Amino acid sequence: MIRAQGLERRYGLKRVLHGVDFELGRGGFLVVTGPNGAGKTTLLRLCAGLALPSAGTLEIEPDRSRIGFLAHEPLVYLELTALENLDLYSRLYRVPERRERIGMLLERFGLWEARRERASALSRGQLQRLALCRTLLHRPELVILDEPFAGLDADGAALLDRELAALRGERTLLVATHDPKRLEPLASGRLSLA
Amino acid sequence: MRSYLSDAAVLARKDLRLELRARDTLPAMLLFVLSVLAVFHFALPSGSSRLAEFGLLWVAIVFTALLGLGRAFVAEREQGLLDALVLAPCDRSTIWLAKGIATFAFLAVAEVVALPAFALFFSPVSWATIGGVVLADLGICSVGVLLSAMAAAGRARELLLPLLFLPLALPIVIGGVGASVVHAPGRYLGLLALYDAIFTLLAWASFEYVVTE
Repeated sequence: MIRAQGLERRYGLKRVLHGVDFELGRGGFLVVTGPNGAGKTTLLRLCAGLALPSAGTLEIEPDRSRIGFLAHEPLVYLELTALENLDLYSRLYRVPERRERIGMLLERFGLWEARRERASALSRGQLQRLALCRTLLHRPELVILDEPFAGLDADGAALLDRELAALRGERTLLVATHDPKRLEPLASGRLSLA
Repeated sequence: MRSYLSDAAVLARKDLRLELRARDTLPAMLLFVLSVLAVFHFALPSGSSRLAEFGLLWVAIVFTALLGLGRAFVAEREQGLLDALVLAPCDRSTIWLAKGIATFAFLAVAEVVALPAFALFFSPVSWATIGGVVLADLGICSVGVLLSAMAAAGRARELLLPLLFLPLALPIVIGGVGASVVHAPGRYLGLLALYDAIFTLLAWASFEYVVTE
């Protein structure tokens, strides 16, 4: 699903990633850890196809239509409602039975009551839940999550634990986190960036 | 083709809806074009030539367009949303087309107000001028949206967009002013149509390389 060899990424003279090798098979769950500035976000952006490696090889099996990417930012339009945001992405991804899918995700992530609220009026935790809905909307084969627990309260974090447990084995997961212990029971591998 | 147009329509509707909610581009464009025409009205000596008057009209149109173009990618830039659009499985040039449609709509509304105001302050506007404005808008939006996306990716975006756009808008001003003041405007309208054809094709083909690495 993902195979990286000697992966390197530079921004100008600054080398952000160097000599990263890993393999993540279908259905695998790889946790990426490392201190701030270690290149976790850069690695995830490379795997999502949002950036190109400066050196090394990176093979990613599904095309971009089958990748779900949760970034630091929620990647939703703040002037649109939660429902409008998900409707926009579901049309772009051609999600079948999109109304049912959107309704189901909003219910599951506890956003049904807030569905007609503009994203700008949502709390940080609700925005993160909406971002998770957007990420999973098109049932991606490869799910890439950058600090998915950021901004979530205890209930939200427990909900995400359950979601990740349900996705494990069924989807391929690549998750960057500062809290690897939380994901230890689920993970099939761990990549530490220095 | 149908899915291409439907993706562009979905994205354009989103841009128009965002403007209806936020109202931060169109009112600014309207106020700007009216202010500029009012300033020109008092700055231009009485008895000035039609060439000078229409020259100022086209300067006002280009700078008003620049104002709208500068805001075309604000939501995407401030919230990192270009990543989400680039990741979506639609053709990336639909982002350009949708932004072009939305910017064209804002510019057209500004001109619906600006042309009567120009007629009030200066001279009546001919059909050739209106035709020139429509053709010019197509070129302005196709080139401008591409440059706006390029500028949005850079640091000095407020400086970069005018520096890139104004030299490329020169043929538009020449064609527009020419079509407005000569008796047989066909040649100048042809120039604008040719500009539209060439630059729309170039912008459409190159947009993907602007928003991806």
